[in-house]
Amino acid sequence: MAYSEKVVDHYNNPRNVGSFGKDTPGVGTGLVGAPECGDVMKLQIKVNVETGVIEDAKFKTFGCGSAIASSSLATEWLKGRTVDEAAKIKNTDIVNELKLPPVKIHCSVLAEDAIKAALSDYKEKWAKAEAGADSGAS
Amino acid sequence: MTLKLPIFMDSQSTTPVDPRVLEVMLPYFTEKFGHPASRNHPFGWEAEGAVDRARGEIAKLIGARDPKELVFTSGGTESINLALKGVAEMYREKGNHIVTTAIEQRAGLDVCKRLERQGFEVTYLAVGADGVVDPEAIRAALTDKTILISVMLANNEIGTVQDAAAIGKLAKEKGIVFHTDATQAVGKVPVDVEAMGIDLLSATSHMLYGPKGVGALYVRRKGPRVRLAPMMDGGGHERGMRSGTVPVPLAVGFGRAADICREMMPDESKRLSALRDRLQDAILSRVDEAFLNGHPERRLPHNLNISFAYVEGESVLMGLNKDVALSSGSACTSSTLEPSYVISALGVNAELAHSSIRFGLHRFSTQEEVDFVAARTVDVVQRLREMSPLYELAKEGVDLKTIKWKAE
Repeated sequence: MAYSEKVVDHYNNPRNVGSFGKDTPGVGTGLVGAPECGDVMKLQIKVNVETGVIEDAKFKTFGCGSAIASSSLATEWLKGRTVDEAAKIKNTDIVNELKLPPVKIHCSVLAEDAIKAALSDYKEKWAKAEAGADSGAS
Repeated sequence: MTLKLPIFMDSQSTTPVDPRVLEVMLPYFTEKFGHPASRNHPFGWEAEGAVDRARGEIAKLIGARDPKELVFTSGGTESINLALKGVAEMYREKGNHIVTTAIEQRAGLDVCKRLERQGFEVTYLAVGADGVVDPEAIRAALTDKTILISVMLANNEIGTVQDAAAIGKLAKEKGIVFHTDATQAVGKVPVDVEAMGIDLLSATSHMLYGPKGVGALYVRRKGPRVRLAPMMDGGGHERGMRSGTVPVPLAVGFGRAADICREMMPDESKRLSALRDRLQDAILSRVDEAFLNGHPERRLPHNLNISFAYVEGESVLMGLNKDVALSSGSACTSSTLEPSYVISALGVNAELAHSSIRFGLHRFSTQEEVDFVAARTVDVVQRLREMSPLYELAKEGVDLKTIKWKAE
């Protein structure tokens, strides 16, 4: 299978590989997929609790090149967005950007799931602190 | 010696034609173009002679008593189809049960699936953690309706070599036809249809440095005489078992390739197994939690299959594929989106099946290539582990089995 240039680029130069401490204030963690399916993504966001803006994002992925590229791209897109804007990222955006073939669409779905899981983990843990700041920011 | 990239280490998929093979083939495309079934002129006699010499060389390589026991086909898949369907149809009134294994290559499994739809019963035997089929498990699976035992000689992924002699002995004892898919084994390890009690044997030329497009089926003529219903009707070529013009240049190439393999086998298998061990040691000594798949001794000399925990196979290949041609049991590299059924059959967890990488050395592999591939593989695996959430969890002491995974 030939990979698109963008997939190869993300695979060779993955952006934002790494981890935040799970309990660091403002950090939301999403862990999706399953080892027996051949894909696991861990995606983390670090949100400024005052502004609701995602200041940093990191990922680690067990999976094929397209899964790595999808999660790498997701971290790039998350940085600088507000939590609400981040929720609007769709798997189809990732498919289009990376030119994923049909058999790799599940990689983009998993990336979208990872974003949602990180956002909901963030809200669960830090929602109270965010609530005031969020209304002020918007 | 300078390294020439990309390096081919996928010899279980195919092998390059040996230049000595190509040389003897060429005249049969042009000046010696006759039809081997043309009995009335020199062009035909010349072609027939060449095909029969090739038959003799292949017979010699597998220990067949009579070259006439070899039927030329288009390759391994056709040989397997002819063997299984041919026996099923011919012996139908005797019984409808077939015993095979869960790790046969696709052709063997798919033919069995079709036969099941036609009313045959098929037992797919499990293999041990080392990929070996227990002959006693075969014995236990036999019924008075069993007409065929079909067990591959050497597996195409893990290279595990089965105890064909024990299976052949059992088959003789019970009067059941024994077929073996030897596409990976012929030319690489000693095969002797007499000593091993093999009644039907499938082989293909392109796995032993011959051309693609030709294979052979060995069909025993004596003790017992095996009869097959043909799949192809027509001119009655190949003793009526496979009508169709024998592709003379390809058959000649197959014969020469068999001849070279027979001559080179003692030295070649020693050289390749030493290189294979070097590759294995270089990788396993530098990467933790990397596991050898298949039996450590009973395996093809050129075959190495390793699962690298916490990294996915296709992503390993992607890191290497500009420079090295390899294959993986990962679902992402298969058309079915399932991980390798062979690795899964070994009882290892599914994650490790996704993580398996197959290395296949061949006649033209060099030590420089082995060292290069080992170093690159180690680099890529380490780089991918740095970005693997599973590796991170494992290093933190988390048992991955205790996590509730949210699968798609």
